[in-house]
Amino acid sequence: MVHGELWTVKELFVLPNEYIYWSVQIVMYPFMTGLVAGAFVLSSLYHVFGIKQLKDMARFALVFSFALLFAAPMPIVLHLQFPFRGINVFMTPHFTSAIAAFGIVFFTYGAIVASELWFLYRKHFVEVSLALREKRDKNIGEWLRYLIFCTLTLGVYDLSEEALHRDEKAIKFLAGLGIPVACFLHGYAGFIFGSVKANALWMTPLMPVIFIMSAIVSGIALCMLTYIITMEIRKMLLSRKRTQPGMRRESMEEIKGVEIHVIQITAKYLLSFLVAAISLEILDLIFRGYTALKSWDVLRSVIYDRDFYDIFVMQYGIGNLVPLILFLLPGLTIRRTMLGVLFVLFGVFMMRWNVVIGGQAFSLTFAGFMHYHLPIVPHEWDTFKEGLFGALSIFAMPFVMFSVISRIFPVFEYEKTH
Amino acid sequence: MISRRNFLKRTALGIAGASLPLAAFKIIDAKKLLAEAAAEKSSAVRWVFLVDTYKCVGCGMCVKACKLENEIPYDANVSRTWVERYVLTKTGKLYADTPKAARDGFTTAKIDLNADGIKDISKEGIEKAFFVPKLCNQCENPPCVQVCPVGATYQAPDGVVLVDRTWCIGCGYCIMGCPYGVRFFHPVYHTAEKCNFCYHRITKGMKTACVDACPFGARQIGNIKDPNDPVTKVIRDQRVGVLKSEYGTKPQAYYIGLDEEVR
Amino acid sequence: MKNHVFRPLFVVIGIVILILAVRVVYVPKDFGIGERGYMYGWHRENNETDWKKFRVKYQGKEYCKDCHPDKYNSINGTPHKIIQCENCHGPAIDHPSDPPKLVIDKSRALCLRCHFPLPYPTSGRSKIRGIDPDKHNPDIECSTCHNPHNPMEGLR
Repeated sequence: MVHGELWTVKELFVLPNEYIYWSVQIVMYPFMTGLVAGAFVLSSLYHVFGIKQLKDMARFALVFSFALLFAAPMPIVLHLQFPFRGINVFMTPHFTSAIAAFGIVFFTYGAIVASELWFLYRKHFVEVSLALREKRDKNIGEWLRYLIFCTLTLGVYDLSEEALHRDEKAIKFLAGLGIPVACFLHGYAGFIFGSVKANALWMTPLMPVIFIMSAIVSGIALCMLTYIITMEIRKMLLSRKRTQPGMRRESMEEIKGVEIHVIQITAKYLLSFLVAAISLEILDLIFRGYTALKSWDVLRSVIYDRDFYDIFVMQYGIGNLVPLILFLLPGLTIRRTMLGVLFVLFGVFMMRWNVVIGGQAFSLTFAGFMHYHLPIVPHEWDTFKEGLFGALSIFAMPFVMFSVISRIFPVFEYEKTH
Repeated sequence: MISRRNFLKRTALGIAGASLPLAAFKIIDAKKLLAEAAAEKSSAVRWVFLVDTYKCVGCGMCVKACKLENEIPYDANVSRTWVERYVLTKTGKLYADTPKAARDGFTTAKIDLNADGIKDISKEGIEKAFFVPKLCNQCENPPCVQVCPVGATYQAPDGVVLVDRTWCIGCGYCIMGCPYGVRFFHPVYHTAEKCNFCYHRITKGMKTACVDACPFGARQIGNIKDPNDPVTKVIRDQRVGVLKSEYGTKPQAYYIGLDEEVR
Repeated sequence: MKNHVFRPLFVVIGIVILILAVRVVYVPKDFGIGERGYMYGWHRENNETDWKKFRVKYQGKEYCKDCHPDKYNSINGTPHKIIQCENCHGPAIDHPSDPPKLVIDKSRALCLRCHFPLPYPTSGRSKIRGIDPDKHNPDIECSTCHNPHNPMEGLR
């Protein structure tokens, strides 16, 4: 079986070498990088624009963005026929290709996020490593922790007011610098598709902008979701313990208050980007129908006929319209927010799906179609990595990463950070 | 205070004196000479292909020969080249197919519509019908090369676009970037693959496997830079067309009898 | 101690230097910009030679002439002279050393490639005489009655 033959069904006149080569992992990739970019932009809204109410969310979003960063290249690694040759993109980049930008952009973005996190948590690193240095007999776990935190201080133990002030300025600078880089990170992903003149559905200058807008939407939505879940878990844990020795006792009401306030502010930003994303996509659709190029007949067939359910019911309906209504209705509750952000994330995923899979749903002949059926049962490596379970494991990765790195970058101990 | 005459004399001398060593650099720059010589040698050839759709009978010998010559697994449903059949009915409907890339030729009048089954068309219902062989156009502006992120695919100086199997990472961007659908993943090597005008043959003075195999002379290969090449003469003197010129790729496979229905 | 703000930058620069060092070892020496420029010519130069060395399989009609003059001359006097020997017998490669024998394909499918009649106006196919394979001796090989090297022999 040729690569792609297993999950492609051809109809009518399709060229012999045409298969759905870019399958679910290529859908996952812009989805994950979108979450990365969106989480970062959310974090920067606080650091750069000083929106005070977003302080807690900002810290959270930045750490989550970093966790996502490790998960983001995984879809590509799983998709490549030669994953280990993936470093060729760093070794001999061909910059006329949008994918070659991946190396530079990803690395730059990773450097910015890592640096910003360093400045944010530097005080914590110093305090932990100094405390552990005092401790006489450390067990293995504590030795490891000591080693990690010592390295993380990068040899800087200065916690004076001046140093901390410099940290603040550095954070602000990096957050500001990071916004265009985050936009580039996802803009280039949109450019990957938008610049392919061979594909009638992908070819549009609007593609990078649409991708950026929906990326920010998805990033904000994911941060809100994870924030709500983490707060709920904290409430649960606190309800079991009565007092914490040495820690300020937070009442349930205080937590609830902070939560809904943060959520309401963040939801406003989510809404504005959502409206922007929807407008651009509708614009693209109207333009295509109006100009009616040679490809319009087959595209109309795909958009309004074959993929109608995926596009208008799943993406625009459940993914955009329903959350729009949910967020616009007055008196936003946590429960309604949860539902809204889940639908938004689903909508953004379906947008990636409809672009990637939809773009391969019609033949280059404009006289044939291809149907993609996602491999569910992983019979072998190919059907795992390009199938449902491959996609799910990628989606689970950032949450796993987050739980690991939040031990180094704690998100909820307010006194330990700036 | 220098006199005008002396000034002019010295300036002229200075310029002459300066231009001499500079000219020497130009004359004796060996690297540049070699590069120029090499460029002239390599740019003396630019491979082009000529397809005559009137002559093609759809026997599929070209596809079979290509597969065997270029080690594309015979049973795999991919091919470096293929033949398409177009049948236009009197009611104005178009039916087209390419069963197994025409590896076994066309031995039935029924049109293969893949998952949509087979279409029977009566002899009387046919307005016109013909066969169109397709292969890589070795474009002058190859979009597949432009989008390769690592430089695994490239254009040789004589116009043929090649793939480096040791460097290709298998991302598939070149496959998505080709408007003609000539690229695919090799079933064994898993790198990007496509027709390369039998580079190992044409650089030895042979013809491509498909050109040799075609009994009817529907396929020809030539050098557009050689004015005495019969292919060049046809392209220059006769009415020829290319596929999908609107993409700006400048394809170098020319077609005689290219119908407007050809995809 | 002065300004610790640049520490992360130094780490980043260090990583970049590491990547560049790896690059020196990893990238083949002949990798560079070819004659078609950076956009179309970014590649490993020796790959061109690699492709030129690819094994030739089909040798062409003249290759068969000396050892099989009977078949060669026979077919050359008939309408089948336009068909390459290797079209039906497969690539010669290094025959007779490798492979020692070539395929003799007697299947009906081989002949039907051209001789299944397709009434296509404007195509050369309509000019080739053919048969209905379901009606014309469907159970036996074509070569039972027709000599591919001299198709007119024994007819009419």
